[in-house]
Amino acid sequence: MNESIERDHIDTEKMDPEFVDAIVAAGADRIRTCIQCGTCSSVCPSGRRTAFRTRELMRKAVLGLKDDVLSSPDLWLCSTCLTCLERCPRQIKTTDAIIILRNMAVKEGYMLPQHKKTSKILLETGHAVPIDDKNREKRKELGLGEIPPTVHADEKALEDVKKIMKKTGFKKLIEGEEAGSEK
Amino acid sequence: MMTEAQTMSLFLGCVMPNRFPNIEKSLRVVMPALGVNLEELEGASCCPAPGVIRSFSDPTWLALASRNLALAEKEGRDIITGCNGCYGTFKEAIHAVQEYPDRLKEVQNILKDVGLKYNATTDAKHIIEVIYEFGPENIKKLVKRPLEGVRIAVHYGCHLLKPSNLRPWKQTQRPTFLDEIVEATGAESVKYRDKFICCGAGGGVRGSNVSVSVDIAKDKLDSVHEVEADCILNACSFCHLQYEASQAQLNKESGEKKYQIPVIYLTQLLGLAMGIEPDELGLGMHMISTKPLLEKILG
Ligand code: SF4
Ligand code: SF4
Repeated sequence: MNESIERDHIDTEKMDPEFVDAIVAAGADRIRTCIQCGTCSSVCPSGRRTAFRTRELMRKAVLGLKDDVLSSPDLWLCSTCLTCLERCPRQIKTTDAIIILRNMAVKEGYMLPQHKKTSKILLETGHAVPIDDKNREKRKELGLGEIPPTVHADEKALEDVKKIMKKTGFKKLIEGEEAGSEK
Repeated sequence: MMTEAQTMSLFLGCVMPNRFPNIEKSLRVVMPALGVNLEELEGASCCPAPGVIRSFSDPTWLALASRNLALAEKEGRDIITGCNGCYGTFKEAIHAVQEYPDRLKEVQNILKDVGLKYNATTDAKHIIEVIYEFGPENIKKLVKRPLEGVRIAVHYGCHLLKPSNLRPWKQTQRPTFLDEIVEATGAESVKYRDKFICCGAGGGVRGSNVSVSVDIAKDKLDSVHEVEADCILNACSFCHLQYEASQAQLNKESGEKKYQIPVIYLTQLLGLAMGIEPDELGLGMHMISTKPLLEKILG
């Protein structure tokens, strides 16, 4: 009767059985027990105003729809408020699962440009939000040191932080292959 | 009356020293009066942020968080922080290495390269934890300027309370500890819709999906508006940023000035009640003017 309606189906080859194993191994150990009750979606502040559905994300992860999940911009709408994690009747660490999925997405090269920018700032300054001129002035006016006593005021400390980020592979992850070779 | 003074390592993080030094100022002025001596944690970095950096590289997040903790451990002190995000990072990072010895070894290996030892013996506390230990009763004794008649919308924030199994609070639902501290000043903590919902800033949402983030904040601001509270009170530099910056943005978008709710940080409120001058507490440097509140308090 209605020709425009098609039966929705999931291609078998899109389901990667190892995907959920990797999520479980990384710490979201109970994700397979999800009963699709939707409690997570119902308490989600982002879900209230966007099409992001935590329940759908959990289901797709369990089904192994790796590419679908990792490439989805929705993955980045979670504010990590942890409400769903507190409320899940199966005690699934939903928010942890989202962070695990995000780590996987970044490894696959899916990263929002603003997040890349923040990461580069961290790599450069040791702060995700570094000092600027306006706040230097404010600090002086308040009688605080113009530069806070953090990595901002300590070159050796900043070198250490950079060394750590190189060792964990963060520099390469954000800047790409060329970063691996430089000293 | 005095509980014994303790010395803690002040972890500043990013947002407080680099965007809201006025909050930092109030913290430095007020905490010693509550029995906490603050030592600088020199050379500390970003915590790093639990919603962004941890989302990109969990091992990097753990290594840098452990470095900050190791700096405090070297001094034999616990960390104190005034940001829910930093608090969450440290609590979760400590848990990760204590629960999984392999992860501790991994981190120790990395830190060895920069000459640091780390045994995961340092704790991290939120200012409100320490203030609550000092206690509402002791705060009442310090009040010189009772905030009678001031109606306050208290915002706890998410990472202060959750995950509840890694937090010290006895009440995991609808806690009251922050309200108790606020009411010790003589002010009233008012009920408002969705009090325990997220401010919308975390998880990298503010950075990447700012309209969604501001819309979450708008819901909360509207609830606060509805009950005609005199201000929003918070104890997190990132929630603070969210409420101040979102109001400014909403006003700009609409061309009206509907959102003018002063956003006050916990140590600013306590300082006011203790009779400290507003300028000493950085209250003249807000994005949303604190004037209506100050007029109500100072007359
Ligand atoms: S609340 Fe838990 S069990 Fe229910 S749908 Fe969400 S993840 Fe699945
Ligand atoms: S933690 Fe993320 S997915 Fe869960 S309710 Fe909060 S915003 Fe939604």
